[in-house]
Amino acid sequence: MDISRRQVLQASAAATQAGLLAGGAALLGRQAQARPAQALRPPGALAEPQFLAACVRCGLCVRDCPPQNLKLSRWGDGLASAVAVGTPYFEARDIPCEMCEGIPCVKACPTGALAPTLTDINEARMGTAVLVDEENCLNFQGLRCDVCYRVCPVIDKAITLEKFSNPRSDRHALLLPTVHASDCTGCGKCEKSCVLEQAAIKVLPPELARGHAGAHYRKGWEAANQADRPRFDLPVQNLPAQPVPGDLVPLRSGREPYAAVPSAAPAAASGAAP
Amino acid sequence: MTAAAALNAASRSWWLRHRFLLLRRSSQLLVVGLFLLGPLAGLWLLKGNLSSSRVLGVLPLTDPFVLAQTLAARHWPEATALLGALVVLAFYGLVGGRVFCSWVCPVNVVTDAAATLRRRLGLAVGRAPKPGLRYWLLGAVLLSSALAGQAVWETVNPVSLTQRALIFGGTLAWGAAAAVFLYDLFITPRGWCGGLCPAGAAYALVGRGSLLRVAATHSSRCNDCGDCFQACPEPQVITLPLKGKQGVGPVIRDSACTNCGRCIDVCSTEVFTFTHRFDDRRN
Repeated sequence: MDISRRQVLQASAAATQAGLLAGGAALLGRQAQARPAQALRPPGALAEPQFLAACVRCGLCVRDCPPQNLKLSRWGDGLASAVAVGTPYFEARDIPCEMCEGIPCVKACPTGALAPTLTDINEARMGTAVLVDEENCLNFQGLRCDVCYRVCPVIDKAITLEKFSNPRSDRHALLLPTVHASDCTGCGKCEKSCVLEQAAIKVLPPELARGHAGAHYRKGWEAANQADRPRFDLPVQNLPAQPVPGDLVPLRSGREPYAAVPSAAPAAASGAAP
Repeated sequence: MTAAAALNAASRSWWLRHRFLLLRRSSQLLVVGLFLLGPLAGLWLLKGNLSSSRVLGVLPLTDPFVLAQTLAARHWPEATALLGALVVLAFYGLVGGRVFCSWVCPVNVVTDAAATLRRRLGLAVGRAPKPGLRYWLLGAVLLSSALAGQAVWETVNPVSLTQRALIFGGTLAWGAAAAVFLYDLFITPRGWCGGLCPAGAAYALVGRGSLLRVAATHSSRCNDCGDCFQACPEPQVITLPLKGKQGVGPVIRDSACTNCGRCIDVCSTEVFTFTHRFDDRRN
């Protein structure tokens, strides 16, 4: 084959142009990865980067969504302008997920961007509800609103009411809505039905909603962590039974405060103080 | 209007001079119409959009170019999408890949309009697209999809944006169609479909061995009026088969040919016909 200098130059110019165009498109796509927190993905959606690889943006899930809460994002359309164009999402405060038993949106997906391994809608994790504004939540003010708790499709598992004493009256209870992320599907019913002008409870993408303790953390009170735990056989240093007036004032014994306990009488360190 | 075109107008009926154009417009309208019958009339013959759809709730169809981006982004899709792509590949492999471009794609209406307006306004000048640029772009899109881990072209693809705006609504997506229109009108004649669109390039590759082809069977009747070159969106494909140079047969085998049939419409001496790719008769 005879390749002329001219052909090589033309091809490299075309390749450069093509590279710039595709690279520009990739940069735009990268920007679109910053999905706004209110835009929730349908049940079974893969993690966002994998989802953007898998979704062909055909809208079949949108068409098969019975309550029609799913939308395809489009340019310049409020919240949708920031969601990767053409991909499905819903806003909990607008129309929450109805958690259909047959999960028709997942069945409609041709590519598995909504994973078909999701067969029980209660296992869906579209987001995690977070009671973001305790200051305005009516239950935190001692009132019995309870609406988020009542509407929760996984009531008493995903949201429970926890009883605390109300310090304001000192004789009433506070029943605080408490989300348990292990059971929360992120359907958004709670956010939708919050009676405030702005919902005090919001469904956020799990990566925003959840903290994560380091793998080296051990909760010593959990049975699994009690084998091989370090043993504390040394005498326990107790606090004084009586409050010590003027904590840092020299003690009547003449000893320095917080001085090392005399080894001869370890038990006398606190209780038998003069 | 050339003398030949005047002759054409005199001797051939209006239907003969516009039949493939009208059939193509009907086909383009029908596809979008079938998608819209669902949401507008509750009749779900065709559901989804051109990226992926389901016919009568059973037969899946998937755009092979979009699926190729997904594969490049290292997502192995479910069987439904793969089967859908196979059906589409088989169909266009038979009738010509770029039949999608001229008979289905809604952007074709936009670029045809730009080309017509260009001719009416007498805008003769323009930059020629770099030869092979669309194939380079196809490769670059797949490569950057692999690097970025997502279907890169679908963020900007005017074809996807336009058809989705038609089927699912959306106003600003028309900006993409308008950009294509202005590019074709003022910068490069027939520039988008003929020079840039990587989806069209992918379909051209799909239809490399397609059975259905246009042929200059009656090339002896050619009176060199040039009407076919005027009308053809990819005029470079006509020359060799029409003139029979370099021992080339009458069949237009170039995969860039969109099988739009416009040359058959406009040719006053009826040189061109639809035939199969092995029909080497010439008279």
